[in-house]
Amino acid sequence: MLRIKDLHASVEDKKILKGINLEVNAGEVHAIMGPNGSGKSTLAEVIAGHEEYEVKKGSIELDGEDLEDMAPEERAHSGIFLSFQYPVEIPGVSVTNFMKTAINESRKARGLEDMPANEMLKLIREKSELLDIDRKFLSRSLNEGFSGGEKKRNEIFQMAMLEPKLAILDETDSGLDIDALRIVANGVNKLRSEDRAIVVITHYQRLLDYIVPDYVHVLHDGKIVKSGGKELAVELEAKGYDWIKQETVA
Amino acid sequence: MAYTEEELKKELETKEYEYGFYTDIESDTLPKGLNEDIVIAISKKKGEPQWMTDWRLDAFRIWKDMEEPEWPNVTYEKPDFQNISYYSAPNKKPKYNSLDEVDPELLETFKKLGISIDEQKKLAGVAVDIVMDSVSVATTFKKTLAEKGIIFCSISEAIQEHPELVKKYLGTVVPKKDNFYAALNSAVFSDGSFCYIPKGVRCPMELSTYFRINEAGTGQFERTLVIADEESYVSYLEGCTAPMRDENQLHAAVVELIAMDDAEIKYSTVQNWFPGDKNGKGGVFNFVTKRGLCEKNAKISWTQVETGSAVTWKYPSCVLKGNNSIGEFYSIAVTNNFQQADTGTKMIHLGKNTKSTIISKGISAGKSQNSYRGLVKVNSRAENARNFSQCDSLLMGNECGAHTFPYIEASNKSAQIEHEATTSKIGEDQIFYCNQRGIDTEKAIALIVNGFSKEVLNKLPMEFAVEAQKLLEISLEGSVG
Repeated sequence: MLRIKDLHASVEDKKILKGINLEVNAGEVHAIMGPNGSGKSTLAEVIAGHEEYEVKKGSIELDGEDLEDMAPEERAHSGIFLSFQYPVEIPGVSVTNFMKTAINESRKARGLEDMPANEMLKLIREKSELLDIDRKFLSRSLNEGFSGGEKKRNEIFQMAMLEPKLAILDETDSGLDIDALRIVANGVNKLRSEDRAIVVITHYQRLLDYIVPDYVHVLHDGKIVKSGGKELAVELEAKGYDWIKQETVA
Repeated sequence: MAYTEEELKKELETKEYEYGFYTDIESDTLPKGLNEDIVIAISKKKGEPQWMTDWRLDAFRIWKDMEEPEWPNVTYEKPDFQNISYYSAPNKKPKYNSLDEVDPELLETFKKLGISIDEQKKLAGVAVDIVMDSVSVATTFKKTLAEKGIIFCSISEAIQEHPELVKKYLGTVVPKKDNFYAALNSAVFSDGSFCYIPKGVRCPMELSTYFRINEAGTGQFERTLVIADEESYVSYLEGCTAPMRDENQLHAAVVELIAMDDAEIKYSTVQNWFPGDKNGKGGVFNFVTKRGLCEKNAKISWTQVETGSAVTWKYPSCVLKGNNSIGEFYSIAVTNNFQQADTGTKMIHLGKNTKSTIISKGISAGKSQNSYRGLVKVNSRAENARNFSQCDSLLMGNECGAHTFPYIEASNKSAQIEHEATTSKIGEDQIFYCNQRGIDTEKAIALIVNGFSKEVLNKLPMEFAVEAQKLLEISLEGSVG
């Protein structure tokens, strides 16, 4: 589904990604781990089409289609979802209103009419029940005054609503206590499916105890330096990132 | 009981006559310049009684010795007051024969606002066949009001038909000498609306100048007087979301509201005068004086959505004279490109236990300058006066400005005055977040701006709020590169 070939990307002439190769198929969960500053979040944002980054070389394809000339919203329409590490606040815009707008914009892009209100309500009810979200929460302003846990849950709720092909979860575990982490991870697990690919970006192994990946990749200095199964995450936790750094130097 | 089209046509013709519209346009415009003869001529053209002529003349003499204010935070080339024609009968001759001749950009905006074809024609100045609907609506409307004893007509008509009310109240809230533009308006006002709600009557519908489009064109110097007698209630809507193009550059309106004991007036405005083009050329100067007087237990709420005009200078205010009276001001002011707005309110607390609330939302984009200017004044005898003010500014881009000038004068120790202000910027991170959810940048801005303005939009009557929301979107179109 997702195919990244020799991807190089920079921000203001600073090279951050230096030749990423990655292939993720439908139904798979991949974890990307790595020390701070290794380029994990950059990779997520480059896939989503953030204009701050310049792709210098290489390509990203989704279902065989090159994403290069696509604006972020077009990538979203074609099924890419990014769960943000730091979800932004939009005062005065309720979660429901935001989702309604997002869904209808995607439908518009596909030449469909707005989703009828009753269908929308049904969808909201269904997804909030699935993720055990109090519906009062949905009438609050988007992310305004939300706790860390609420923000991340809200991201997963949006993912459930938008039903993406490819979901990238950027440090979904950061800032969460163990209870919140469990709730969010359970939500993600409920959204695993045959035709959906999930890329989990994380610094720590603990999230992967709950969202068990099929593959683990270690990113270091803008490159994937090691790939393996879920046991790689455990090994990494035991030996620390220095182990990777030393191995690469050697 | 259906009218035939012929009968309707006839009714409209007589109406035109009734309100003093002339078909001979050429001979009905006064020469440029302003002096006592012109003032007398205006009054004469309108067939006014002597007391009104004298009132205008008095205002003119006051105006002559006044100077244009310099204190607003706006810069513009001062109008040459001797180079303006102060009277021309409303233009009834259509400017165009069909919509095809109208500026396509204007039509595009109409379409976005969801304005019907007939209305589009009316607004753009295209010849219209008589529209069954609007006439019958207006007729039913008038009947309902008359049954309740409500007077709703043009101010010219009120001067003729209800001189005792006009004489008693005109200029009592905004005196002739109040300010330069109020004095000018008092001398030369062209027309406007008059409304009287009798004691104990709740006006059953939103009164809107919209219903009067057929009857009187809005002039350059509009004058509005709304009187709510004891225990009455009225909600009044002014303006139109459709862009108003006008060859008159200077607009100086005066609005006076009188809320007697236990009465309530809600006054909502959507103002969308031509703001000038993207390079700041042209556009209307809008210098308005709006003020309401609250007697005992009375309440006045001003709600405004300002998106138009090149230069705006406007402070809808409340004089809280009676004990326990309440004044409210809810405002959204949008400036884009080269627009300049200096707007806000004055809450004058004179009575005991008076309360005021100010919620102001300024949105600046392009190279525009947006200022909030507000005065909260508590008189020495106003025990337990309270005010809450909140001024929020939203900036788009790096070339615009937002300014806040709050003035507080409290002469009574029991006063409680709170002021909150925030300034925020639409962040690239907010836009990217929306983009990532499939919402394009233009729509994202609309969403953020609507969220920012929500507290004020919620105060507007429902259908007005929907239109105002669309209007905000259109006003900010193309404001982010």
